[in-house]
Amino acid sequence: MLDFPPWKRAWLWFVTLAFAVASLPSLVSVAGGPWPSFLPKPEVHLGLDLAGGSHILLEADAGQVAKQRLESMEESVRGALRNAQPRVRIGDFSSSGGRLSFMVEDAGQVDAAREAILPLTSGAGLSGQRDWKIEVVDGQRFILTPSQSGIDQAVSGAMESVTEVVRKRIDALGTREPTIIRQGATRIVVQVPGLQDPKQLKDLLGKTAKLEFKLVDTTALPSDIAQGIAPPGSEIVPYAEAAPGQPALIAVKRLGGIKGDNLTNAQQGFSQQSNQPVVNITFNQQGGAKFAKLTTENVNRPFAIILDGKVLSAPNINEPILGGSAQISGSFSVESATQLAIALKSGALPVDLKVIEERTVGPDLGADSITKGAIAMLVGSVALMTFIMLSYGRFGAYACAALFLNILMIIGVMGIAGTTLTLPGIAGFVLTIGAAVDANVLINERIREERKRGRRVVQAVELGYKEASRAIFDANITNAIAAVLMFLFGSGPVRGFAVVLMIGIVTSVFTAVTLTRMWVAGWLRKARPSDLNL
Amino acid sequence: MKLLKLVPDNTNIHFLRWQWPFFISNILAMIAAVVLLVTHGLNLGVDFVGGQMIRATFVENSAAPVAELRDKVGSLGYGEPIIQQFGKPNEVSIRMKLPEGSEQHAELADAMANKITSTLKQAYPGVRIDGVDSVSGKVSGELFKTGMLALVLAMVGISIYIWARFEWQFGVGALFALVQDLLLTIGMFSLTQMEFDLNIVAALLTLLGYSLNDKIVVYDRIRENLKKYRKMPVPELLDLSVNETLSRTVATSLAVLIMLVSLLLLGPEVIFGFTAAITLGIFVGTYSSIFMSAPILIWLGVTSASFVPAETVAEKQDKAVARGEA
Repeated sequence: MLDFPPWKRAWLWFVTLAFAVASLPSLVSVAGGPWPSFLPKPEVHLGLDLAGGSHILLEADAGQVAKQRLESMEESVRGALRNAQPRVRIGDFSSSGGRLSFMVEDAGQVDAAREAILPLTSGAGLSGQRDWKIEVVDGQRFILTPSQSGIDQAVSGAMESVTEVVRKRIDALGTREPTIIRQGATRIVVQVPGLQDPKQLKDLLGKTAKLEFKLVDTTALPSDIAQGIAPPGSEIVPYAEAAPGQPALIAVKRLGGIKGDNLTNAQQGFSQQSNQPVVNITFNQQGGAKFAKLTTENVNRPFAIILDGKVLSAPNINEPILGGSAQISGSFSVESATQLAIALKSGALPVDLKVIEERTVGPDLGADSITKGAIAMLVGSVALMTFIMLSYGRFGAYACAALFLNILMIIGVMGIAGTTLTLPGIAGFVLTIGAAVDANVLINERIREERKRGRRVVQAVELGYKEASRAIFDANITNAIAAVLMFLFGSGPVRGFAVVLMIGIVTSVFTAVTLTRMWVAGWLRKARPSDLNL
Repeated sequence: MKLLKLVPDNTNIHFLRWQWPFFISNILAMIAAVVLLVTHGLNLGVDFVGGQMIRATFVENSAAPVAELRDKVGSLGYGEPIIQQFGKPNEVSIRMKLPEGSEQHAELADAMANKITSTLKQAYPGVRIDGVDSVSGKVSGELFKTGMLALVLAMVGISIYIWARFEWQFGVGALFALVQDLLLTIGMFSLTQMEFDLNIVAALLTLLGYSLNDKIVVYDRIRENLKKYRKMPVPELLDLSVNETLSRTVATSLAVLIMLVSLLLLGPEVIFGFTAAITLGIFVGTYSSIFMSAPILIWLGVTSASFVPAETVAEKQDKAVARGEA
C-alpha cells in the first residue's frame, strides 16, 4: 500500500500537474488577464446563465408532418392511377382520420390499382416494412393507413431539415456562436450567448416561410367564397392583408401549383412600378422550369402567391416568365421584406415551430455571480484548510495540498473537456471542495483509531488507508448515482452542476486518496517517525 | 502542537437508549412536514407551474420597493404579480401567469414581458433587468414530472446499491433515512415559502448523495464490527459503531458546512435557495446518520448472523486455497 516506486511517483505527478496547468487559461481569463495566443487555450465555457444570452426551446408540430405526408401521398396515388395503363378511375377520395380512402369505379380494376399503388408504400428503411398499409374493403374501397414507424421516420427527417433551416437563419442574423441542439423527437433548443432581445430571432424562427404559387379558381362564386365554401378541387385561402373594399378570402386550386422551395437566392429590393419594398427570388433550374411551365400554360389567368397559408398577392400572369426569377410583392416594410428574404433563402421550415420555453439572462448577473462565487470559494477554502490543519496537523497539511491541487484539476479537466460552467455549477464546485476532504477525514480518523489500538505507525497508516478506502468508494458511488440521474433528467444549468459533481468525484478520490498516500509514504520512509501527532 | 478534537477520545454515548424518543420526534417532524405541505403547499417557481419570471436588481436603492412594484405591475392588467425578494433586499423576482392564449401565440407573452420591463425602467431608472424566463404550461408539467422521477429513481437506485453492497436491512434503512431527509427539507421549503424550482430538485438530488455518504460510513463500520465482535449484543455493537465514526461524521459535516455557509453569505444571490436547500439537508442528514441509521437496523432484525454466511463461504475458500498450496 505504501510502496511508491519512482516511475509511479513520476506518473502521478505528471497527471496531476498536466491537469493543474490546464486550469491556467480559465483562471487567467476570470482574473481578466491576457493569455498568449500561441499557447493552446483549454478554457471552461460559461453557461448561458453566467455569460448572459437567450435560451429558446422550440417545438415542432408533429401532426403537421403527418398531414403533409397524407397530402403528398394523395397526390402520388392520384398520379400513379392516372398514369396506369389502362387508367384507373377513382372517386370519393377522402383523407380524414389520418388515412386515405377512395373507391375504384370499376371493380375489375382493383388488382391493377393495387399494383400501381404498391411501389408508393414501401418504406425508406431497410426493414422491408411498408410505410403504408393497404386494405380493400367492400370489394372496391381502398384504405391506406400510414404506419407509426413511417410517421416517426418522417418526423425525424423533418426535424433534421428544421435544424438545418434554423441554423441557416440564425447564421444569417450574424449572431455569434449559437448552439442548436435537437431535444427529444420534436424539439430544438437554441442558445445564443450575448443576445439580450430575442424578439428578432423568434420572429425569424416563427416564420415557416412556405412559399407556394397556386392558380386562382375563377369559377368560384364570390358568395360561396365569402362563406368559405370552395368548389371541388379548390380551397379557400385568406389574404395576409385584405385591401379595404376587397374580399378577404380567395379560392385557389388545390393541386397543380408549385412550391417555392427551389430557390437559389432571395433578396429584398424595390418594385420598379410602385417603389414599394419587394422580395426578388431566383429559382434553381428545376424550379425555374416548373415556374416557366406554370406561367406559359396559364397566361392571362391570375395566380396567388401564398406564404404560410396566406395570400400575399394574386397578380395576373401577363406573359410567360421564362427567366427563372420573379418578384414577390405584398404590403412589406423594408425590414419585413429583408426578413422574408432571409427566411426564403434558408428554405422553408417543413413544419411550424412554437416557442414553448424562453429564458433570457442579463449580462451583469453572470459576471457578478462568478466574482461572488470565487470569493466564497476562496474564503471557504481558507477556513476549511485552517480547520483541517488544526485537526490533523501534518496529515491535515497533506490533505490541504491535495485539496488545492484538486481545485486546479477540476478546472483543468473542465477546460480540456470543454464543459460548461453554470450558476448551479459554481455551487457544485464549492460543495465538491467541502466533500473532497471527507476522504481525508475518514483516513485520518481511521489512522488515529488504529494508533489508539496500539498499532505501529506504518501499520496504522497502511490500515487507515485500506479500511477507509471501502467506505470512500461506496460513498462516492452513491454520489455518482445522484449526479448521473441529474445529468440525465436535468436541463442546462442543472446538467452543468452534475458535470462538476462527476468530475469532482473522480479528481477528489485521486488527490485525496492517492496523492496524500504518496506524500505520507514518502515522509514515513524519510523521517521514520516512532509516533504520530494525530 | 495539540490538535483540535471535536469529539473527545473514548466518547461513548448511548444513542440507542434514546432511540424511541428520537424515533417519535422524527415521525412527528415528518408528519409536521406533510401537514405543512398539504396546508401551505410549496411556492413553486415558473419551472413547475409555467408563467413568466422577471428578475430585477434595483442597483441604486438599498431595498426594492416591493409594495409599490406590486401596485405598478398589478395595474398593467395582466393580473396580480407574485413579487419576492431573494438574496439581497434590492433584488426581486416578479412572477406572472402567462396571458390567456399564449400557448398558441407566443407574442402575447413577449408583449407582457416588454410591458413590464419598460414600465420598470421608466419608473426606476436605476433598475437592472437580470433575466426573463417564460415557461409554457406544457414544458413546466414535463419538468415537474422528470424532476420527481429523477428524485424517486435516485432514492431507489441508491438503496439498491446499498442492498447489493450490504444487506437488505441496510437498503431499507437507507431508503427510510432518505425519505426522511427529503421530507424534512421539502417541509422547510413549505414553512419558509422559499421558491421551489428546478435548481432545488438538483439540490435535493445532491443531498441524497451526501446524506448517504454519512450512512455508508456508519454502515460500513457496523458491518466490520459485526464480523469482528460476533458475541457482542447488537445494540451495544451499534452504539460502538456510531461512536467510533462520530468524530468523522462531525468533522465531515463541518467541512461541508464551512463551504456552504461561505457560499450562503458571500456567494451569488441567485442560488441562495439552492445553497440553502443543501445546507438544510446536510443538517437533517447528519442528524439522521447519528440518531436514526443504527436503530432502524435493530428494528429490521440485523444480527451478526446477517454476515456470517458470506463470511463462512469466504473462509472456506481461504482454507481450500491454503490446503491446495500446502
